Amino acid sequence: MSRPMPSPTRVLHYAFCCAMMVFLVGPILAVIPISFSSAGFLSYPIPGLSLQWYDKVLAASGPWLPALRNSLIVGTGAMALATVLGTLAALGLARNDLPGRSFLLGLLIAPMVVPVVISGVAMYFLFARIGLTASYAGLILAHAVLGAPFVVITVTATLRNFDTTLVRAAYSLGASPVHAFFTVTLPLILPGVLSGGLFAFIFSFDEVVVALFIGGPEQRTLPRQMFDGIRDTIDPSILAMSTLLVGATVIFMVLLTRLGRGTGSKPGSNA
Amino acid sequence: MTRMASTTETLDGTSALAPPSLSSRAKARMVSALLIAPLVLFLTLVFVLPLGGMLVHAVENGEVGGALPGVAAEMRGWTGEGLPPESAYAALARDLKAAHGEPRLGEASRRLNYERAGYRALLAKTARAVRSIDRPQAGWAAELTGIDARWGEAATWAALRRASPPLTPYYLLTALDLRMDDSGSILRAPAEERIYIDTLGRTLWIGFVTTLLCLVLGFPLAHALVSLPRGFASVLMVCVLLPFWTSLLVRTSAWIVVLQKEGVLNGLLTRLGIVDAPLELVFNRFGLYVAMVHILLPFMILPILSVMKGISPSYMRASASLGAHPAVGFLKVYLPMTLPGVGAGCLMTFIIGVGYYITPSLVGGARDQMTSYFIAYYANTTINWGLSSALGAILLLCIMLLYATVGRLIGVGRIAGIQ
Repeated sequence: MSRPMPSPTRVLHYAFCCAMMVFLVGPILAVIPISFSSAGFLSYPIPGLSLQWYDKVLAASGPWLPALRNSLIVGTGAMALATVLGTLAALGLARNDLPGRSFLLGLLIAPMVVPVVISGVAMYFLFARIGLTASYAGLILAHAVLGAPFVVITVTATLRNFDTTLVRAAYSLGASPVHAFFTVTLPLILPGVLSGGLFAFIFSFDEVVVALFIGGPEQRTLPRQMFDGIRDTIDPSILAMSTLLVGATVIFMVLLTRLGRGTGSKPGSNA
Repeated sequence: MTRMASTTETLDGTSALAPPSLSSRAKARMVSALLIAPLVLFLTLVFVLPLGGMLVHAVENGEVGGALPGVAAEMRGWTGEGLPPESAYAALARDLKAAHGEPRLGEASRRLNYERAGYRALLAKTARAVRSIDRPQAGWAAELTGIDARWGEAATWAALRRASPPLTPYYLLTALDLRMDDSGSILRAPAEERIYIDTLGRTLWIGFVTTLLCLVLGFPLAHALVSLPRGFASVLMVCVLLPFWTSLLVRTSAWIVVLQKEGVLNGLLTRLGIVDAPLELVFNRFGLYVAMVHILLPFMILPILSVMKGISPSYMRASASLGAHPAVGFLKVYLPMTLPGVGAGCLMTFIIGVGYYITPSLVGGARDQMTSYFIAYYANTTINWGLSSALGAILLLCIMLLYATVGRLIGVGRIAGIQ
């Protein structure tokens, strides 16, 4: 791996990387201590420590817990739908015998490429006509269609390393295709399916634009609650929520590394 | 479906040594199609259909024809010169009586008001007045002109004629800062109303600058990830992935807290005596670029990284052994091989960037709003679905052209990060 590189260049490269590390994680880490502040202003020095903002965020009567509940409902529904449909489609694509495969792949990942504001508004127009706005079903359908490409991509990538002779072996031993799928194929591609599903869940859990258009007041999700909070006035309770979410992100990254895709690409998080 | 799949697969499996017959290959293809069909169907219904509907909304013009069918039909038969015949006035009066108090009259008024300011009030006034007239004394033309003199003006009728057909170029023209005048020729909109081309230009410009900044910062970072020692590189990788996986709103709110006037950075700079007065770092273009580059950088780094990982160091060794200076080797050997990753990264960064709505609306100023802002504004606030759709269609066209071009150059799979 050692390429010849003059040492001043190398020093510069290190310095640049360190500066970029500060740029990348600095702002996220810098706001965490403020969430433990006893005062309401958003700067240093912090006059004293307090958990009041966490009390506020986690209060049963507050808006945050229902929002979290909504996000979990919508995220789980969208994840389930996207994972099942996306995995089936990836299995079909991997068999490499469909005409126009590249067109099909282009179609299947199109929701990733179209800006969410356009697909969100378009779905809003259609859903408004058929009464799907301000409903969980509408929001779940919309998030599932936008999250499905992540599953297709992740499972397709996993299937590229999948040895199809194993399935043939199962057939030759008398397994039916369905039986072979559940006992041979699925266990082997499960990490890919799970990380694809996780991507779809995270997409939904972080999605604001569609939630703004299609969700009604009853379906107010966590990102939407944060969006309104940031737009009005940011107080440390937003930062308390942020800190909790960063904690969840760290747990998620560990989980993803366990699934064997630590550097996995998270395709298209449009905002 | 299961049954058919089962026969095919068993046939395939047991005859693995013999070349598959034509019909078994056709059956296998059928299974593939059945596997992919549910998602294609779902995508068609929930994604393609709404987008198609949006394109229709951009040219659809049913309001006037729906609320005032008689006069709309008269307008189709009229040459558009001067004033229409008496029959058009009579049809208008009949239509207004029939539609009085119904919501569709409101929709038609709103549509006509886009063509000519004041039309809404004119229709409301006329609709009220005609109800008390059963039999016009001197014909409807005279009666209506008596109610409001504007019914005697050619421009009023020209506007009605433009708004009557079932399809209209109005929204698309408006989205391109164009107007159709009373004689049907296309002109530029008055200078103070030309906003959408500027907005589209600004959108593409912000996308371009963000992509360029991401490339300039992301390329050396990606190179560091493959060339610097493993320990350092993995810490760096965590620093790239942590923000990537962190909620967009968490990152956006963090930047506001860090950059705002009483914020963390200004506090630090003031205390250190570097600046006397706090700097304006956010709610302007600067803050927008900072936040967008921060959010989009991983979309540039990851595709470049995946290409760089596949480039064997022996190429650079070969170029060095042939006497090339490291810089020359880098430019002539290494750089060209990274181009597919650079292409995919730039495409993703640009496409995501030009579609941004949330970030500009939170950290940008009033003069930094992009096309997305108007798409959302007309959909939600003023309920002008036609204009919202036309703006969306134009932005979508720009993006799809780019997607198709880059997809053809480097392959769709590469953009998606599968190859």
